[in-house]
Amino acid sequence: MILTQALTLRADGRPLVERLDWRVNAGESWCVIGPNGAGKSTLLRTVAGLRAPDGGSVALAGKPLQDWPLPALARERAYLAQSRGDAFAYRVIETVLMARHPYHADCYWEGSDDHAAAEAALRTLDVLHLAERDVRTLSGGERQRVAIAALLAQDTPLLLLDEPANALDLAHQVAVTELMAGLCRAGKAVVSVGHDLNLAWSGATHALLLNGDGSWHAGATQQVMRPELLSACLGHPIVAIAHGARTVFLPDAPAAPATLSPARNLP
Amino acid sequence: MPAALKTRQRATVALLAVLSLLVFAGAGLAGSVPVPLDELPQAVASLLAGAPDGMSATLLDLRLGRASSAFATGAALALAGVMMQALVRNPLADPYVLGVSAGAAVGALAALMFGAALWMVDLGALAGAVGISLLLYLLARRDLAGGRGAARTGESGVLLLTGVVLASACMALVTLMLSVAPESRLRGMVFWMIGDLAGSSWRLLPWIVLCGAVLLALRRARALNVMALHADAAVALGIDVAALRRFLFLCSGLLTACAVTSGGSIGFVGLVVPHACRYAFGPDHRILLPAATLVGGSFLVFADTLARTVLAPQQLPVGVLTSLIGVPVFLFQLHQLHLRRR
Repeated sequence: MILTQALTLRADGRPLVERLDWRVNAGESWCVIGPNGAGKSTLLRTVAGLRAPDGGSVALAGKPLQDWPLPALARERAYLAQSRGDAFAYRVIETVLMARHPYHADCYWEGSDDHAAAEAALRTLDVLHLAERDVRTLSGGERQRVAIAALLAQDTPLLLLDEPANALDLAHQVAVTELMAGLCRAGKAVVSVGHDLNLAWSGATHALLLNGDGSWHAGATQQVMRPELLSACLGHPIVAIAHGARTVFLPDAPAAPATLSPARNLP
Repeated sequence: MPAALKTRQRATVALLAVLSLLVFAGAGLAGSVPVPLDELPQAVASLLAGAPDGMSATLLDLRLGRASSAFATGAALALAGVMMQALVRNPLADPYVLGVSAGAAVGALAALMFGAALWMVDLGALAGAVGISLLLYLLARRDLAGGRGAARTGESGVLLLTGVVLASACMALVTLMLSVAPESRLRGMVFWMIGDLAGSSWRLLPWIVLCGAVLLALRRARALNVMALHADAAVALGIDVAALRRFLFLCSGLLTACAVTSGGSIGFVGLVVPHACRYAFGPDHRILLPAATLVGGSFLVFADTLARTVLAPQQLPVGVLTSLIGVPVFLFQLHQLHLRRR
């Protein structure tokens, strides 16, 4: 689905990711983990085709990203941005119907199948009752669920989500995680950025750790989400506790007095 | 349900088209010298034949010519307003925000100050508008241009700020000219600034630009919706955002240049009409674009008819009336919106 070769990402000349060789197959659910500013969103935007890589290449479904025509690409991957600024008073149902845009190269009005798809997506995310509301009047969590519904309505084999659990309450965080896991079992590929290790552990099959200094680890969650790797990645000691059949990740008591900036960033 | 939106668009456009015709009829009949109703059929017939003879036909010719010019100007301003609001993703933008009218004012006022002929004033306005647009394009081309995958398009901050700064530079030049202009020419210059349609008549060019712009914009209405909602993330839905932004910039600049050339800088049409239409018909550009065009045209014909009748035979500059009508309408809406969102 995604294949990156020697992909390098930089921000203001600072290396974020160096020579990333990464492969995402259909049916896999990846979570991208890393500290703030480690390049998680930049990676997602690059894979989505919203920015050019600073080195190396990205291919989607076996074809280099820059060779994809934009409308065809929009039927291949969907992208959930981290935040939305709504300037105009669109209704919820209209925002979801707009996600059907890639399927309408030559017709001007949405058909009944688009309405069916939009309503099904809204129902899945438990926001059908908001369909006629102005998006600017929604709460943060409601707006996030509507945005995820729009992503579902776009109906693509690859979903890229930048912090999908943002602003969601606990029940909906779990529901969205399970929804994505279900989509993967149905053969889609999902890449999501998140900060909640426990959600990632329960929902993802694979993990990509970005350490923020260019280095990275990629692999199945069991191999990559190990306390020592996570601690080094996030700059804080992390312990994994077995609770029955489940594993829970907790931040450990820091060895040194707590400081807002991780020690490795100090001169 | 799926067909509802299409039906709504057809109904809205038909209704507004009828309204426009009514406003045109009113503009033809109203005035300090009334056109008797029983002479109307004959007058219209001779007008259509292309040779207006008789008092009524001549009156009708003059008034409808001015109304046609007013309609094209108002429609162009309203359409440019919708485009500009989508371009900078701010419902409070108007066609003048990027300084096109200020540039036109510099050109026109310079021509007026040196006592040039009327066509040279129009030419000066056009040159000023086009000049400032080109300058803006050069300065903000990184913001507007940039192909796909360019670092980041759609951050409209650079474009908006550059436009605002250029506009204020132009306004400084305008003030300079007003302060050094000879007394006898000051009145004409001030009237140009307020916006005035006196002396305008049948003209084909604004209509051609207007029709072309409406057709091109309607074809992109769906993409406009996506961009208005998602900004540069619209790329993820298959929209070539950079190309669309360039189209909006060029098209709204051209429309505004056309409008200020024939009517001076008439205020508030480009801000209030798109806003009112968005409020009444919703933000879907497939309905908004034709609706704003028709309402903008009708509104300016109506305001211009008032401008030449309320204090007849004295003629008021139409820009005063659009502002006097526009400000309360706008404030009322803003207040309503505030109440609803609470």
